[in-house]
Amino acid sequence: MKKKIQTPLTNEIVESLKAGDQILLSGTIYTGRDAAHARLIECLKNNEPLPFDIEGSILYYVGPAPSKPGEAIGSCGPTTSYRMDDLTTPLLDLGLKGMVGKGKRDLKVIESMKQNKAVYFAAIGGAGALIANSVISSEIIAYEDLGAEAIRKLEVKDFPCIVVIDCYGENMYETERQKYERK
Amino acid sequence: MKEVSAFNITKAVAEMCQEANFDLCGDVKEALIHFKEKEVSPIGKSILEDILENAELATVKRVPMCQDTGMTVVYVEIGSETVVVDGFIEDAINDGIAIGYGTGYLRKSVVKDPLIRVNTNDNTPGIIHYEMVEGEHFKITVAPKGFGSENMSRMKMLKPSDGIEGVKAFVLETVSEAGPNPCPPIVVGVGIGGTIEKAAYIAKKSLMRPLDAHHPDEHIKALEIELLDSINKLGIGPQGLGGLTTAIGVNIETFPTHIAGLPVVVNINCHAARHVSRTL
Repeated sequence: MKKKIQTPLTNEIVESLKAGDQILLSGTIYTGRDAAHARLIECLKNNEPLPFDIEGSILYYVGPAPSKPGEAIGSCGPTTSYRMDDLTTPLLDLGLKGMVGKGKRDLKVIESMKQNKAVYFAAIGGAGALIANSVISSEIIAYEDLGAEAIRKLEVKDFPCIVVIDCYGENMYETERQKYERK
Repeated sequence: MKEVSAFNITKAVAEMCQEANFDLCGDVKEALIHFKEKEVSPIGKSILEDILENAELATVKRVPMCQDTGMTVVYVEIGSETVVVDGFIEDAINDGIAIGYGTGYLRKSVVKDPLIRVNTNDNTPGIIHYEMVEGEHFKITVAPKGFGSENMSRMKMLKPSDGIEGVKAFVLETVSEAGPNPCPPIVVGVGIGGTIEKAAYIAKKSLMRPLDAHHPDEHIKALEIELLDSINKLGIGPQGLGGLTTAIGVNIETFPTHIAGLPVVVNINCHAARHVSRTL
């Protein structure tokens, strides 16, 4: 049974999501990966406004392939999240409520997610063609010079992902692995 | 003397860049289907189904399976009685990469300077390896390598006394530590012996070998089988969300080494395991 979730995320929605929940996400999400995160943090250092309203937002760690004519977006699966760990907690403090990526997060991110009530979703790494089907539109809103790494505003419909780390710190990467480990 | 034109090299490389990114290799597909049937984790099984569906979609729509269309690794085997005419081979290959990535709507993922980090905008330069062989021969292999898995690769200079047990422990530690990051199920390439760069070279080159073909030496074949079994007992599973399918193959290559050393490199590949070869 998949849960349908609509953006923006509120505390109530985040609190209702548990590690292991399979999600179909609809609404607006923003893309951002290594270079974009570095610029967002630079913005904060310089007391400049961020290029999108971060309160209740979801960041998707992705650098899409170029879109073919007539397509909303090219293949767009998640990139590995740990590279954003050192640049994430200031964004969570400002109201970032969700992150979509793949792979592990470090302890300081998980602690900040618990404090700020935020959730970490995983999408299937390497399933970029399939994931593109759930993207209705894509528009670059900042840092166009970064190419694939620019910040895009995506409208998504039933974007498939899984709650891997919830706002209580429950982490599927740890619990599920233990279940299938054989000595 | 065999002649190969630079134009034909460029054309072949451009086509192979796209083919490698659009079409899952047959042996990899077979392995994914085989492991999907055996997977006991419901979520793991459904992820393997999605990965296969994604590959099908990519082939039909002529789009890349994964948005990370990689840094383009190219292997060239040139015969001693073969000559490239009407151009310089390295330029011909890089032109092919630029054309393939441009016309194929593949992502350009290469930055010119590793510290300044400005995109070259055409995915060049490729990482090009040349190997001389005897006779009239020209074979080219294109293997786009994503960095989700490349970043999880490791090298270690073991002591001779560490032996085979040391090798096993290092491979398992590397895969275990990588966990969900390199997009499991993975293919594990291992290079043992040589020097530090030779071990890395043969580790990556082992990833070109079909998953249904083992190393010809019995003791290395046995090591491939044992390591695959041990890796799949780690519990990591598809995408790290638990299960019995952490790797779909372990390929090992070896090379003579120094009396004082036992270099080992573990090069991890994602489940797309892209590579395509052509003889011109």
